[in-house]
Amino acid sequence: MISAIRAAIAAIQAASVREKMLADRKISLTVNGKPVEVAAGTSVAAAVMMAGEPSRFSVTGEARAPLCGMGICMECRMTVDGVPQRRGCQLLCADGMEVQSS
Amino acid sequence: MRARFDVVVVGAGPGGIAAAAVAAAAGMRVCLLDANPGLGGQVWRGIGAGTARSYPHGGKFVRWKARLDASGCEVWQGWQVVDAPKQRLLRVESDVESREIEFVHLILATGARERFLPFPGWTLPGVMGVGGAQAMVKSGLDASGKRVVVAGSGPLLLAVAAGLAKAGATIEGVFEQATRAQMAPFVLSALAAQPGKLIEGALYRLWTFGVPYRFDSWVRRAEGHARVERVWVSIGGKERAIACDWLACGFHLVPNLELPRLLGCQILAGCVKVDALQQSSVEGVACVGELTGIGGLEKALHEGEIAGWAAVGNQARALSLASRRRRQLEFAARMERAFALRPELRRLPTDSTIVCRCEDVTHKELAACEGWREAKLHSRCGMGSCQGRICGGAAEFLYGWGPKDARPPVYPTKVATLAAETDTADRASR
Ligand SMILES: Cc1cc2nc3c(=O)[nH]c(=O)nc-3n(C[C@H](O)[C@H](O)[C@H](O)COP(=O)(O)OP(=O)(O)OC[C@H]3O[C@@H](n4cnc5c(N)ncnc54)[C@H](O)[C@@H]3O)c2cc1C
Ligand code: FES
Repeated sequence: MISAIRAAIAAIQAASVREKMLADRKISLTVNGKPVEVAAGTSVAAAVMMAGEPSRFSVTGEARAPLCGMGICMECRMTVDGVPQRRGCQLLCADGMEVQSS
Repeated sequence: MRARFDVVVVGAGPGGIAAAAVAAAAGMRVCLLDANPGLGGQVWRGIGAGTARSYPHGGKFVRWKARLDASGCEVWQGWQVVDAPKQRLLRVESDVESREIEFVHLILATGARERFLPFPGWTLPGVMGVGGAQAMVKSGLDASGKRVVVAGSGPLLLAVAAGLAKAGATIEGVFEQATRAQMAPFVLSALAAQPGKLIEGALYRLWTFGVPYRFDSWVRRAEGHARVERVWVSIGGKERAIACDWLACGFHLVPNLELPRLLGCQILAGCVKVDALQQSSVEGVACVGELTGIGGLEKALHEGEIAGWAAVGNQARALSLASRRRRQLEFAARMERAFALRPELRRLPTDSTIVCRCEDVTHKELAACEGWREAKLHSRCGMGSCQGRICGGAAEFLYGWGPKDARPPVYPTKVATLAAETDTADRASR
């Protein structure tokens, strides 16, 4: 029993070190051509907001940014690496990614 | 491809995790699927073993995750249910693939989303939901140095304000639309019970940050060029402008009823009607968590466990959990009364305020319609890519329209699916 608990604690500690290492890693991408650097694990929607760019333009031309952060409102849909209509809040940034407002 | 399971659980939040772990540990072939790439649902979004401590009841996640891992349950992450083409069959999609799953028991644990209400300026960049702002910050958005107004309704306001402050934001105020009298019974009962610990903690942290929390207060409009720069707040009857970088505004939660509706489950007062074993009106379909009434994490875990035992045929075990569930349901009912929406909020949108953000349909256009049918005939309200998930709750509150009928696909993700939809929409609008 005790050894099982020790093993569980060790696993949790190892995972936390891994997560910290991951978060320390930087990812480079472009948003509307602007180079942006974010921590690993950052969503595309967060990166676009930090770049100060709108995620999309509405049918009457209003600039829009993420609203719900959870995949429901579709305000964060963008063109990612040429693929249209990706929900930025459900997508993690990756090195070399090209993100475009839609 | 077609897969076959004894039990399929949709939604890997607390409710779904508990249901799947219990059923699989008892020897059933179980599949737990979620559209998100990670486990945890809303409350534990983005959680990991190393970060569990910074989440509400993170320890519970670690324990349930261990039970799930040991149970032999199959976990499909990044898959969402888009249709239920016939009895005991689901169609699910990932980014790249579509599959069918046959089931004997289905347990729905699809959770809740925020309710949004329109007011002038709510479409400006920088205006987010309350849970929305929390989710964005959890997924990497830098809050340090941001001046944030938190407003709307519900217990989330406090928790999120405290979280944002901790992440380095300056909270310019927390504004709850409910009256003090309306909220008092809830606050008292909550402080005495388990979830009260969370509220207490959040209040304490806010006090230490010197953040004002006001009842009877709501945002009347947001203003700014290109992004929100200030909001006008009605505070206990007086109006005041507050400069800010972000407005986090949401009006409590509403259950995600699309799937239960598509399957034909009976819905009563905005929630799925279930019996003591969590079974809905449709045979073989159980519902747990926020779907049966907004009650939070512990209710979800508890109901998940009940549905898990019910699926394996151990009714005695399921019913032994009934008394705790009854208390949680009472808590949920008190919460609903505490955060009931005030009528003044119906008068916030002006003629030109956009209600349907997908298609930019204004309040003036919609207020003239009888209901969804007419609205869809004259505008494209509710037919845009959110499929009425945002404007639906607003239209219900503002105009008293009933729910939009659920039609498959419940949730288009695949580019091909979306492109096909846009295509049809384009043709229809021509
Ligand atoms: C934005 C937001 C923030 C919240 N923050 C907190 C908080 O800080 N503290 C707190 O105590 N409570 C919070 N809550 C309340 C939360 O609802 C409950 O605490 C708890 O998460 C409910 O558990 P659940 O199992 O019912 O559903 P959820 O945890 O909501 O899980 C539902 C899961 O179902 C999945 N899903 C939905 N539809 C489909 C589909 N068609 N196909 C596949 N998967 C699907 C979703 O991706 C989600 O992961 C929050 C709620 C929201 C909406
Ligand atoms: S922000 Fe709402 S779907 Fe991404």
